[in-house]
Amino acid sequence: MALKIVKGSIDRMFDKNLQDLVRGIRNHKEDEAKYISTCIDEIKQELKQDNIAVKANAVCKLTYLQMLGYDVSWAAFNIVEVMSSSKFTYKRIGYLAASQCFHESTDVIMLTTNQIRKDLSSPNQYDTGVALTGLSCFVTPDLARDLANDIMTLMSHTKPYIRKKAVLIMYKVFLKYPESLRPAFPRLKEKLEDPDPGVQSAAVNVICELARRNPKNYLSLAPLFFKLMTSSTNNWVLIKIIKLFGALTPLEPRLGKKLIEPLTNLIHRIYLFFSQILHHLSAITLVCFSWLIAFLFFITVLISLSSGMPNHSASIQLCVQKLRILIEDSDQNLKYLGLLAMSKILKTHPKSVQSHKDLILQCLDDKDESIRLRALDLLYGMVSKKNLMEIVKKLMLHVDKAEGTTYRDELLTKIIDICSQSNYQYITNFEWYISILVELTRLEGTRHGHLIASQMLDVAIRVKAIRVFAVAQMATLLDNAHMLTGNTQRNGICEVLYAAAWICGEFSEHLENPMETLEAMLRPKVATLPGHIQAVYVQNAAKLFATVLKSQEGNTDSTTAQEASQLMIDRLPLFVQSANLEVQERASCILQLVKYIQKLQQKDVEVSEEVCALFAGELNPVAPKAQKKVPIPDGLDLDAWINEPPSESESEDEQPKAIFSKEEPKHSRPRHTEVDEKELARRREARKQEQANNPFYIKASPSSQKVYQETPGVEHIPVVQIDLSVPLKVPGLPMSDQYVKLEEERRQKERAEKKKKDKKKRKEKRSGRGKKHDSGPESEEDITPAHMVDIVTEEMPENALPSDDDERDPADPHKALDIDLDKPLADSEKLPVRSHRAAEVLKSPAEDEEGENVSSLEPKKKSSKEKREKKKDKDKDRKVKMLFESGLSETWERRLISVMLTFIFLFYSFDRKAYDIQGNLQDGSQVVVSVIFENKCDSFLKSMEFNVLDSLNSKLQRPEGSGPHDSLTIPFQLPPGVSNEARFVFTVQSIIMPQKLKGTLTFIVKNEESSTHEKLDFKLHFTCTSYLITTPCYSDAFAKLLESGDLKSSSIRLEGVNMPFHHLLARICFHHHFSVVERIDSCASMYSRSIQGHHVCLLVKISSQTVSVDAKCDEPTLLGNVLDEIKQTFSQC
Amino acid sequence: APMNLFMRMSLTTHSFLSSFHSHLCFVISSFQMQFMLLFSRQGKLRLQKWYVPLSDKEKKKITRELVQTVLARKPKMCSFLEWRDLKIVYKRYASLYFCCATEGQDNELITLEIIHRYVELLDKYFGSVCELDIIFNFEKAYFILDEFLLGGEAQETSKKNVLKAIEQADLLQEVRGLTILIGCARELFGGFTP
Repeated sequence: MALKIVKGSIDRMFDKNLQDLVRGIRNHKEDEAKYISTCIDEIKQELKQDNIAVKANAVCKLTYLQMLGYDVSWAAFNIVEVMSSSKFTYKRIGYLAASQCFHESTDVIMLTTNQIRKDLSSPNQYDTGVALTGLSCFVTPDLARDLANDIMTLMSHTKPYIRKKAVLIMYKVFLKYPESLRPAFPRLKEKLEDPDPGVQSAAVNVICELARRNPKNYLSLAPLFFKLMTSSTNNWVLIKIIKLFGALTPLEPRLGKKLIEPLTNLIHRIYLFFSQILHHLSAITLVCFSWLIAFLFFITVLISLSSGMPNHSASIQLCVQKLRILIEDSDQNLKYLGLLAMSKILKTHPKSVQSHKDLILQCLDDKDESIRLRALDLLYGMVSKKNLMEIVKKLMLHVDKAEGTTYRDELLTKIIDICSQSNYQYITNFEWYISILVELTRLEGTRHGHLIASQMLDVAIRVKAIRVFAVAQMATLLDNAHMLTGNTQRNGICEVLYAAAWICGEFSEHLENPMETLEAMLRPKVATLPGHIQAVYVQNAAKLFATVLKSQEGNTDSTTAQEASQLMIDRLPLFVQSANLEVQERASCILQLVKYIQKLQQKDVEVSEEVCALFAGELNPVAPKAQKKVPIPDGLDLDAWINEPPSESESEDEQPKAIFSKEEPKHSRPRHTEVDEKELARRREARKQEQANNPFYIKASPSSQKVYQETPGVEHIPVVQIDLSVPLKVPGLPMSDQYVKLEEERRQKERAEKKKKDKKKRKEKRSGRGKKHDSGPESEEDITPAHMVDIVTEEMPENALPSDDDERDPADPHKALDIDLDKPLADSEKLPVRSHRAAEVLKSPAEDEEGENVSSLEPKKKSSKEKREKKKDKDKDRKVKMLFESGLSETWERRLISVMLTFIFLFYSFDRKAYDIQGNLQDGSQVVVSVIFENKCDSFLKSMEFNVLDSLNSKLQRPEGSGPHDSLTIPFQLPPGVSNEARFVFTVQSIIMPQKLKGTLTFIVKNEESSTHEKLDFKLHFTCTSYLITTPCYSDAFAKLLESGDLKSSSIRLEGVNMPFHHLLARICFHHHFSVVERIDSCASMYSRSIQGHHVCLLVKISSQTVSVDAKCDEPTLLGNVLDEIKQTFSQC
Repeated sequence: APMNLFMRMSLTTHSFLSSFHSHLCFVISSFQMQFMLLFSRQGKLRLQKWYVPLSDKEKKKITRELVQTVLARKPKMCSFLEWRDLKIVYKRYASLYFCCATEGQDNELITLEIIHRYVELLDKYFGSVCELDIIFNFEKAYFILDEFLLGGEAQETSKKNVLKAIEQADLLQEVRGLTILIGCARELFGGFTP
């Protein structure tokens, strides 16, 4: 028996560990899969053993195999087992495996909740750390809900290592469980002022990330960030905050004004630094990362500031020059980053970048696609009316040269983007644009045919003046359709024919030779086109036919009209046989129509008018959002039922009864309103189909275009490239270049004419004026469009509602985080807290059965009692909350324990005794805080521990040997209803400013059934007054002091003080530790001294409810703060 | 043969730059990293860390496509590329490619800096790290990464702190196998205690 165990152990020693596995895989290159499958079998054996070390080893190997792409989801439960090992070694491996293998749909995650909670509260910070790290990878909504409170507690952990992790992971928790945001936010906000820079930056990170998505909810934080910005020395925190302000300023313009000053200081600081090193900027030194980051950060700051400040164009200019050096560098990374930074500057200072057009065009020739794409992006922002043609011409050259289809497609979309941006703002000559579009159709195998087509349609419909030209071009395109379709039937470019056919049909009155086009549209080859295009062909052939008939109207010779009818009758049967239903239907309908028309023609009946009536009326472009913007008429409630809602099934069961009673005729009402969901969906689908196929449905919304691009069918079809040595030209088409030339000539002519006019004017004015300088290079406004282009704007319904445009993706998880954070927390919003069932778990089943009767009754009683208690305590609650300022209400509103504690900060005063005893300490550096702890609940409180987060200035004195974050044990316990006082000594360095210290009190609440650990956060407010000690002073010494001239003076006025003068003095004496030196009628002099020996003298006068206080002190800051505090005392009464 | 990852890296800094470092230390800024991949020149995955929930199938697809795209790029090309909606930042150290995906707009350099810092951390931890170190101690490489990044955000900007945390955690971890050995010894020799 013993031998067997030993044998087992020795076997285990020879188990493969991870290294062996890796080595084995490397040695079995030929039959890797086979080797691994044997390994997996071994691992399965190992997982069956009880020894946790063996299991951990197996799980470690599985993690490796998972990375190689093998499915290990079957071992999820074993991973959980290893996670729950008490040894850190195995726990670490378990969590690693979990973070690599688990995802939201892993069902065993449910089992881990308690384990993770246990690890989170482990005394070992590395256990906690490992659990947090793992959790960040596989947190699910359930886990987030269950653990939110635990993680929130960890945000105030004593170790910054844990606080930092907890703060960061909170972000993931918010995403998964948005309800946790409001309860956790106050604490997150606190962390912005955490003494540890790592925690602070984590908090800034999280809040900035949240605020970036929903800036308006974080406006109230602006003052806090403002303070951080002016006080922080951590530059990266600065970067973040500046970015955050960038998001906030558009919402609150006042912020911008406020920001200018500190930002100016900042930029001057940075600028001074940079002016020293900017001239060192050469390619060699720039290779350093930190340098580059700094430089690019500089640019970012500069840009974020430049909107508020006018005088930075010089530094921007300098930056652009330096960026040019970057872009010209041979290092591709520098080039890329230079271009990227350039595009940032372009947004605010387009002029300073535009002069570097040459460089950017040069970058288009780069071998690296990333760089070419960046350059394209820049070009997009650089176009103007003046250079659009030139830039597009260059781009067209690149289209010809481009090798990969992806890049060529990118170029194509960019050209169209550039031209169509801001409603064709930069296009002066639409003939040129149409010819560019036609030239683009030469691209074989592009998947953006649809894009070109939609542009053609858009321009033809919206620019009325261009229709004649467009129709002519489209007719040529149709005539040369065979060139486009090539031999690949499903070529993306044939989409263009869709547009061409529709334009020719709709605007057929502009066609020179409709008969020819009609013939082109009915060629047999058309039948090879995709169905939706054929359908458009057929429909528009009918339109053309109508036009032909109309043109022949009144003509005595009716042969042309009859020829047209014959052509239709000959060719349409081909389409009637189409497999595509739409084509078939339209074709057979039209065929019958034409046959009827032919009969009438033979009887010499005029039909053209009737036929034209079929296609009468003009189509106007409608804005994509028009439907949504139709205002709802007054008195129309869309959510209200038009008819009574159909009764529920239950009442239907009763219906037979009701039928007999005449009182309820309602039930017999027919159910008009019930709309079948399926039916609705079907109709919607049908409508979509119809719209897609309907040429009259203009201007598809951008999203539908995207959908098209993503359609797999088009994208993944291998495209056969035709290698043509001669660039393919559609015969008879004018080249865009021609238009460039024409446009140049036109502009020159215009300019010349203008000059002439100017001269004339000048001649007339010469007598009066001296010299008037030449107008120089023409400016943007000087270029007038070639012909009056009337861009029809898209139609909007009357009284369209100005709706916000930022429609967000409903799937965006950040949408759920759009939560108002300033509203006070409601009861229902507390985070779910684990109820304390530890005691129950320990109970043996027998006991449980015994106690069942009792326990089933008890909770009810208790809860009602608790409720009463809670109500009673509510008022107290409020008071306490005000005392603490910390909004951790969930601590208070826990249902199970209503612990009430009052802290009363009796006084913070300088303690002579302490000073005397520790005389070797610095003078006046100590303050004693006395706290009264009062237990207001029904439970016993024990193990109280008091802790304060030290600031640089003030520190809690702790016993020797304890660390700076350790808490002090309070040396007493509190039975219910008892209070006691404890004193804490603080060391203070500077006393001239008031200060707040954050702290926590932890304690154990013990009652019969259970004991729980609780925590209370509070803030200690060290006012400047608390640093003053009542010191008597004689009037002659007082007079001397005032005469000495060392004191700075300051004064305040208190209005509406409604109390006797001696009360007023008593108040100042009591609240602010002053003593009266002398009092004459309604005038008194007062004196106090700070613990560091500052003299504070007051002269208080009262006259009809107005009190003036003139004060002198040798420390103006201290004086100002003391006076503020006095003012506050009187404003409260 | 093991290859030093730093073979191609020069870590020289100018004197005024080092003063700059202490003066204006530009530490890593926040960003939402989507995932990080380490793969060899042959396209073998060495480490993967995903900060976005994706199914295994999607992960495999992305990895395959991305590895192909990155390996197809010529050595002198820049370290950045736009791929799908993501910005990919990669860098090659000796035989290993370090590749990160972010969704941000202006984090290229910072991502590059993160990669670099991670490599430096590996180098410090393993002592002139090579690809084999990462292959054979892949769990250590993960532990270091986890101390450095959390949920796609940089959690610790000080290299010293990261290494300290790792070392202390390592101290907690006993030498694996030792317990097993002791267990055996105990069973063989009866009352033996170490």
